[in-house]
Amino acid sequence: MKLLTVAGPPSSGKTAVILKALGWLRDEGLKVGVVKFDCLASRDGDIFKAHGFPVITGTSANFCPDHYFITNIEDCAAWGAEQGLDLLVSESAGLCNRCAPHIQGFYAVCVLDNLAGVDTPRKIGPMLKTADLVIITKGDIVSQAEREVFAFRVRKVNARAHILFVNGITGQGSWEVSRLWKDAPEEAPLTGGRLRFSVPSSVCSYCFGEVNIGEAFQRGMVRKIRIQDAASAPN
Amino acid sequence: MESDLPLTDPACAEFLRTNHLPPPGGHATLEAYWHHLPWDQRENGAWTLEALRAELAACLDPSRKTKAPLVLQTLEIFHGRDKTGAPEAHDLCLLPGDVICIVGPTGSGKSRFLADIECLAQGDTPTGRTVRINGQPPVPELRFSVESKIVAQISQNMNFVMDLSVSEFLEMHAESRALASPQTALQRVLEAAVGMAGEPFGPETPLTQLSGGQSRALMIADAAFLSPKPVVLIDEIENAGVDRLRALELFVEKEKIVLLSTHDPLLALSGTRRLVIAGGAVRDVITPSAQERKACRELASIDKALGQLRERIRRGDRLDELERIIS
Repeated sequence: MKLLTVAGPPSSGKTAVILKALGWLRDEGLKVGVVKFDCLASRDGDIFKAHGFPVITGTSANFCPDHYFITNIEDCAAWGAEQGLDLLVSESAGLCNRCAPHIQGFYAVCVLDNLAGVDTPRKIGPMLKTADLVIITKGDIVSQAEREVFAFRVRKVNARAHILFVNGITGQGSWEVSRLWKDAPEEAPLTGGRLRFSVPSSVCSYCFGEVNIGEAFQRGMVRKIRIQDAASAPN
Repeated sequence: MESDLPLTDPACAEFLRTNHLPPPGGHATLEAYWHHLPWDQRENGAWTLEALRAELAACLDPSRKTKAPLVLQTLEIFHGRDKTGAPEAHDLCLLPGDVICIVGPTGSGKSRFLADIECLAQGDTPTGRTVRINGQPPVPELRFSVESKIVAQISQNMNFVMDLSVSEFLEMHAESRALASPQTALQRVLEAAVGMAGEPFGPETPLTQLSGGQSRALMIADAAFLSPKPVVLIDEIENAGVDRLRALELFVEKEKIVLLSTHDPLLALSGTRRLVIAGGAVRDVITPSAQERKACRELASIDKALGQLRERIRRGDRLDELERIIS
């Protein structure tokens, strides 16, 4: 079984793109399924079910979704194998764009949308930088020139990836995506495998549910803005 | 031992700059450079030594450098199947400067036909069509990366969303093309766009304040002069307040292949050919007849007259004499 990680900001079109690309693969007789990681209750699981794809949904609730992903992906992959899937897509929305669910040896996909603005590629960390395929959505509502500039900016932070435009509504471009997914590397062992990039080490009192503001309540790793330096910095 | 990367290579320097990393300085190896980076700079940029090495190596890969855009001489589309599985009757060969109008009701297969060209189908899409570029099947890279895609698209639903002035935006697009004289190109786009739009606008106008017609005119001029794509796909530009015939002329002058999905009689008769799509296949290929050409010239003068009336309405004129002319 092939396992793919698909990551991207909330509402960038991940679910729509996955539905279209998996549709092509299913038409060819492949058994495909989805594991959807979300931080709050999501209806996306129902959408995949309605289209007849086997799906499990994991809700990270008060856990960081990326940490939650790492601690659960092995079990989810085992579920996929039990279902006899040829290809399992793991879909997760990052919260702060700091982390990435991408794993070494597994095909990694990042979904961004054209409406996010041309400076977005620079603001997104390893989720974009370590991806093998970058999918840019919502190109049908911005100009050709803006699409070209956006892709150029993505290329500046990831020189290696394939970049494709996909229309999540009509499915234009999703056929190309399905070809690349079909050629994704075969299963590698997950246990003992490595993430492409570390997720943050910081643990502060707010991670444990603290709601009070003030230095007296701040325990663990605390990072403060050096106001003097920040105010006098050139940018 | 892996040979070390030339950190001072312009491509590497540019990569470090865009990623907010310090210039290489005197470090002999990437490893030395890495060890001198402050930890929070590595952390904030989400870098590891291996990741940085891989990215820099990719920047230096000659196959990734900006290539000269493909010079398209012929675009051939070999027949596939219709919705019943019967073979399509027509093979097509499109040349630079061709304006091909695509006609047919919703659901007839127009979108699929255009998508086959967009993805350079190789008998592997539902229609079974095959596309060849300059007589050859395309290399896989042409199909799977936006930079090498050959089709630019303009549709009625597209808007500018960037919060920039016209000139800032055009500069940004020109920069992404690494043009020799961006200012000249910028000037040309602006002149052509203003020439097509009903109302003038300047380089300082914010993109988001352009009217529908001005936006469309700018998109068309930009696609003609600044986009490297040799094929332009236009979906319904009627009623946009743009000089449509001038727009077509512009693409023809720039030797683009234009695929126009339209039922506007003026545009449909202005094309070099009309493809009639029905039941998922190209059912007919019509070359405009002499009568159609003549009718087209008359339609053009009606269109021009309507444009002048629109201009007078805009100025606040009364059109009392119009009643006499029409009746």
